[in-house]
Amino acid sequence: MTDTQIWIAIAAIGAGTFLLRFSFLGLIGDREMPPSVLRHLRYAAVAVLPGLVAPLVLWPQATGGAPDAARLLAAAATLAIGWWRGSFLWGMAGGAVTLYAVLALETLL
Amino acid sequence: MHVTTAKTAFRIGLIDALPFILVVVPFALLFGVLAADAQLSLAQTFGFSFTVFAGASQFAAVQLITDAAPLGIVVATALAVNLRNAMYSAALTPWLGDGTRLQRACIAYVLVDQNYALAVQRFERDPDWSPPVRRAYYFGTIALIYPLWLIATMAGAVVGTTIPAWLALDFALPICFLALIGPMLRSPAHLAAAATSIALALALSGLPYGTGLLLAAAAAMAVGARVELWQDRRVRAAA
Repeated sequence: MTDTQIWIAIAAIGAGTFLLRFSFLGLIGDREMPPSVLRHLRYAAVAVLPGLVAPLVLWPQATGGAPDAARLLAAAATLAIGWWRGSFLWGMAGGAVTLYAVLALETLL
Repeated sequence: MHVTTAKTAFRIGLIDALPFILVVVPFALLFGVLAADAQLSLAQTFGFSFTVFAGASQFAAVQLITDAAPLGIVVATALAVNLRNAMYSAALTPWLGDGTRLQRACIAYVLVDQNYALAVQRFERDPDWSPPVRRAYYFGTIALIYPLWLIATMAGAVVGTTIPAWLALDFALPICFLALIGPMLRSPAHLAAAATSIALALALSGLPYGTGLLLAAAAAMAVGARVELWQDRRVRAAA
């Protein structure tokens, strides 16, 4: 992307995100929304992020797209620990420790 | 009766939000680093954090910029990640919907996962707070987070390109996202949506420029909503 395109992307994402946040507070107010709209919105984050991350885990750029034990294990640990503790920080920490531990083992062996 | 003043409420908000500093600072640092890696200028990196102020979507956008996706796809994907903010906006309207238009615009501008969660919990616990007290609390929850988000982004962008390869920073983004996803998987509907998203994103990864991800996300949202309906019906049938 050119510099100008990146600036356009920033402006568009910023404006769009503001409109999403302002939608009910500023525009729609307390008027009733169809429950099905809210039901879909509840799953927005969990519908986008896993699909975004899955190819990065299975086919990491650092290995030229070949599946890699350290990264697969780190991903599994992050997800499992984050789920188990219900905490972003615990997930991050567990994933980082696993990644470095397996990478270090691989260098030693 | 004990009456909470706006000033006290602001301070309570500030204190309630303190633990989130531990999440926000590393997340913002990492965004700065990855943005520098993606050849974004310091001004562009700052522009992202200043105008968008939504971590996951900023990461998604920078990842797609690195992948050389076209502009429309970058914007559409980042906004899809932020769709949940419309839900937060709806949830906060009964509590914060009655200020001036400017006040509501400011509330909307700084609305993120963390202060949404804090505010709804607090307002439900103290339902007799007046609207100005609620607003003071809300702005208290974000008063430290927002400046720290900007500062940490810039710090990350400045040190970014000097980080050695053995740190495997390529994988910081996946770990970050997975750590966000883990705690979200709280119901069968969330699990079903996540599984659909993964399966379809992988199956459709051959489609050009991230269009596969958008299709997968749309299908996953529908699956989540559908499973929630089934569950509700089963609960009601059992009752």
